[in-house]
Amino acid sequence: MSKHSSPAFGLFAPAILGPAVLHAFRKLDPRSLARNPVIFSTALVSLVATVLALREALTAGPNAAIGVQIAIWLWFTVLFANFAEAVAEGRGKARADAFRATKSSAQAKVLADARDRTAFRARDVERVEVGELILVEAGDTLPTDGEVVEGAASVDESAITGESAPVIRESGGDRSSVTGGTRLVSDWLVVRVTAKPGETFLDRMIALVEGAKRQKTPNEIALDILLAGLTLVFLLVVVTLPVFASWSGTTLPVIYLVALFVTLIPTTIGGLLSAIGIAGMERLVKANVVAKSGRAVEAAGDIDVLLLDKTGTITFGNRMADAFEPAPGVTEQELAEAALLASLADDTPEGKSIVDLARRRFGLAATLDARATYVPFSAHTRMSGVDLPGGGALRKGASDAMAALSGAPLSPAVDQIVKRIGASGGTPLVVAQDGRVLGVIHLKDVVKPAIRERFAELRRMGIRTVMITGDNPLTAAAIAAEAGVDDFLAEATPEKKLELIRREQAEGRLVAMCGDGSNDAPALAQADVGVAMNTGTPAAKEAGNLIDLDSDPTKLIEIVLVGKQLLISRGALTTFSVANDVAKYFAILPALFVAAYPGLGVLDVMGLGSPQSAILSAVIFNALVIVALIPIALKGVAYTPASASALLGRNLLVYGLGGLIVPFLGIKAIDLVVDLLHLA
Amino acid sequence: MDADLLQFVLFAGLLVALAVPLGAYMAATFAGDVRFLAPVERALLSAAGPAAEKPQRWTGYALALLAFNAAGFALLYLILLFQDRLPLNPQGFPGLSPHLAFNTAMSFVTNTNWQSYGGETTLSNFSQMVGLTTQNFVSAASGMAVAAAVARGFATRQGKTLGNFWVDLTRATLYILLPAALGLALVFAYCGLPQTLAGAFDATTLEGARQTLALGPVASQIAIKQLGTNGGGFFNVNSAHPFENPTAITNLLSTLAILALPAGFCFTYGRMVGDRRQGRALFAAMALLFLAGFAALYASEQAGNPLQAGLVDAGAGNMEGKEVRFGILGSTLWAAATTAASNGSVNAMHDSFTPLGGLVAMLNIQLGEVVFGGVGVGLTGMLLFVILAVFLAGLMVGRTPEYLGKKIEAREVKLAALTLLVMPLGALILPALAIAAGTAQSSVQDAGPHGLSELLYAYSSATGNNGSAFAGFSANTVWHNTFLGLAMMLGRFGYIIPILAIAGSLAAKKAAPPTAGTFPTHGALFVALLLATILIVGALTFLPVLALGPLAEHVSLLAGRTF
Repeated sequence: MSKHSSPAFGLFAPAILGPAVLHAFRKLDPRSLARNPVIFSTALVSLVATVLALREALTAGPNAAIGVQIAIWLWFTVLFANFAEAVAEGRGKARADAFRATKSSAQAKVLADARDRTAFRARDVERVEVGELILVEAGDTLPTDGEVVEGAASVDESAITGESAPVIRESGGDRSSVTGGTRLVSDWLVVRVTAKPGETFLDRMIALVEGAKRQKTPNEIALDILLAGLTLVFLLVVVTLPVFASWSGTTLPVIYLVALFVTLIPTTIGGLLSAIGIAGMERLVKANVVAKSGRAVEAAGDIDVLLLDKTGTITFGNRMADAFEPAPGVTEQELAEAALLASLADDTPEGKSIVDLARRRFGLAATLDARATYVPFSAHTRMSGVDLPGGGALRKGASDAMAALSGAPLSPAVDQIVKRIGASGGTPLVVAQDGRVLGVIHLKDVVKPAIRERFAELRRMGIRTVMITGDNPLTAAAIAAEAGVDDFLAEATPEKKLELIRREQAEGRLVAMCGDGSNDAPALAQADVGVAMNTGTPAAKEAGNLIDLDSDPTKLIEIVLVGKQLLISRGALTTFSVANDVAKYFAILPALFVAAYPGLGVLDVMGLGSPQSAILSAVIFNALVIVALIPIALKGVAYTPASASALLGRNLLVYGLGGLIVPFLGIKAIDLVVDLLHLA
Repeated sequence: MDADLLQFVLFAGLLVALAVPLGAYMAATFAGDVRFLAPVERALLSAAGPAAEKPQRWTGYALALLAFNAAGFALLYLILLFQDRLPLNPQGFPGLSPHLAFNTAMSFVTNTNWQSYGGETTLSNFSQMVGLTTQNFVSAASGMAVAAAVARGFATRQGKTLGNFWVDLTRATLYILLPAALGLALVFAYCGLPQTLAGAFDATTLEGARQTLALGPVASQIAIKQLGTNGGGFFNVNSAHPFENPTAITNLLSTLAILALPAGFCFTYGRMVGDRRQGRALFAAMALLFLAGFAALYASEQAGNPLQAGLVDAGAGNMEGKEVRFGILGSTLWAAATTAASNGSVNAMHDSFTPLGGLVAMLNIQLGEVVFGGVGVGLTGMLLFVILAVFLAGLMVGRTPEYLGKKIEAREVKLAALTLLVMPLGALILPALAIAAGTAQSSVQDAGPHGLSELLYAYSSATGNNGSAFAGFSANTVWHNTFLGLAMMLGRFGYIIPILAIAGSLAAKKAAPPTAGTFPTHGALFVALLLATILIVGALTFLPVLALGPLAEHVSLLAGRTF
């Protein structure tokens, strides 16, 4: 999936777990806890429980032993939640450290004059301003981000992208962007600095994966509010309970009420919420995509329309030979042989594909005589070929050029073939030997294998795909039909693209697209999710809200999946957490009331050991379930693309029904252990 | 048993047959397509000035509603306080005490119709007809207006306004409540309900004794009491009184009238949002909850009181506090309907139900009056749960939760979560306060868990704007009149204002066309999800206190322990 070479971390690598335990304690700092209302409430209540338990212990009260245990497990609940967050952050940090290692603290060679590459002064990169020109030479590591204004060089970007083959960076065009941390392999570049110190691409990426600047996403904020609301509701339930119990002359120990409160409030999702968010971002980074904000990742899950460039995304980008169509009186094999010989020396992708097809189709093994002369393609003749030593000039080229070569219009039969190929969206290449037309090679835009299935998958998820191409509508329609996209935009210009996005958005749809050129920038900015290619221009990278380091346009599909999985994980664990309350009620309520009304023992459907062990078991379950769910929070809920109805049905079954049943089993099991150890 | 089943099936069939066309008619009314009283409507609205026609934003709509209800409250409060100086007071009743006037005025303005008093021995005909009956109409119409505004808000795309409160109020009254009440009143009068301005008459009983029988404009008040989910009876014993509900036919008609408009609003909603399946889904959810509640009520009343085994005919069930002419089915069906629909009229004493029967009645109210609920507000209450359900589970399909194509975001969740606090505040905090202050203990009739049930029922009924009483609870004290009044206010406006705000915020949003990626909110899966949300988020809140009240009473009863 990803060719990134950055380290992969096991779910529970010791290098991450050790520090995470430490951080779990450090996060007990009230300022850090206050970020999460549910866990903050839990911590406050744990404090109360601790004071009560200590007082009880000092006065040798009847509830001392159980009180101390409850207090301890309440603190564990807080610590487990902190731990979940710390593990997620630790994984991010480990990834950030890998990036940081590539960050150079080197000096920048600042040029005073763009034209004079000899007069530079070395200056600390932290003091280089935006807009200044710097010189980078072979062997140097780029000190910061910038745009090439002069020169061309091959750059090793493996530190960022994991791609080991160097890429060309040159001034002008769409390959002018360079990134700090990459290394020049050859030549030199004059670069205009585009990033402020500390705000380079690499800096942003480090901050992102570390979660240091993590802002809550819109859905996370809404969920936080709901969880806070539920916490308040349960607060009202619990504070009124002793008053109602007093009606029947029952006094409920405060420590039990504390236990009831903590088990009812959504500690499970509250404790895992930030870990889910951090892990989602990390999954994105693992796919070699950098998000400028968490909002963009969430929006990716909401996408309704996906705009995909034809070239490079849907097709391989090169036309390839698909068929030999001989003229009357010529066999297919004769045509194939001529075409093969004419193309053997032609190392363009088209030429290679002709050789490949001829060999595949007819098993031809002809090699080129060393004395043959290759006639390369020129814009003037618009044909190429070979002159064989034994006489015979083989040529292939555009139909009108070939007609001019033979000095007569093409025969009606050949002309018809040429027209038919053109109409189907292909490119006809006429082959002639010594002026005699042998037939036509059908060159075709070849659709990537398996892309059709990918689009069908997207359709099942409710996402419409639109192919963007500069081709004429006829060609575009043919390729669109073959690739299985839902719609296409032919003869696309940046303006048309922008207009299409606006139109879709006006109808309430969310649009995602990817692009790399400067002329893509407005559309990238307009789209709800804009993925800029890392090879793209600074303008494109600025306009997009996600950057794909692999510069792979199909990555958009993966980004959508990551976004969806993030939301699903949150929803599933919330549902699980809320559904858990049913069992907790059935564990704790009979324990609280059975003294006043022995008949209420019927509510104890689990048949727990004693009231004390019931309450303790519920508290322990509540704490342990957080730990048990950390792997799901970090890996994300298993997700296979399907329709919303199917997904909802499946997840409701697993996390809704599961959330109802699992705690009954879990609390009963813990109760058995608690009884066995005589803890309560 | 079979006859009971047949009766229930007949009732259910008639209800659906009434609710569907009523829903369509109400949708047409709120769209302005019903015009047969157009001159009256125009005259009323033009009298109110030009502002009464302009579309309002949610804030304007809510302010108009609050102003209208505040004015109605002030007027009713003064009428009740000074009824001794007003006409049509043949029995010469004195003015009400300030706290009772406050409680009663709040009760009728909020469509609760909780009565801390006995109607025929406290209120003059003027108070009943001009004061209460007016509010019986306009408080119901206010709720209907809210539903119309909310449905418009949910349906609007990138709009700012929800319609005009004055127009909706006028149309709801003129085209829906008045004609329906008029028709039903005539039928009731034909069935034997009195409709007279005479105060009372003296009758000679079979034993030859003389008895004073209270009379009044009963038929007209009972018609709107049922249709507008008001529930405030003319007589203290409400529809158990032979003059309010003389026969099995009036009982059936009354029960249907309780649910007809609230159920109809599901279908109105479906039409107003342009997707009738949405309305049907809400109806299905409500109907399932109603069915479950009724079945539990019927079963526990039919089972009877175990302590009376052998003393009474086992087949008769628990007939304490029930009218023989209605029997178990007529009484439990009514009880299920009246507590579900926030009506509050009763034809049997809920205090005398078995503990579990009483529990169901109480739980129906504590769910927040979403099982059909009050006219209009029942629908909007259910929509709040829809928003929570959509949000809780919506994330599970990997998209920002959407309802009708509109994203449910922090603002909507915040407002919906706020309304989750209303029932616990009114039905847990306030009764707990009363216990702590010692005022609860002196007002309940029974010791033990049943007394707690009486207290809980009273405050649940007030907060749920239901108005039915468990009986046995003396509410006419300064403390309870005041706090029950506040509970009614909280329970009314604590839901109305947030849902209007949500409608305003949704109206401004774009609606994304549904795709395979959006989960449908009209299928069986969604109905199940909605029910689970209501039961887990709504019902579980009250499980602890219900365990201490009716459940404790039930298990004690089984153990032979009485209080």
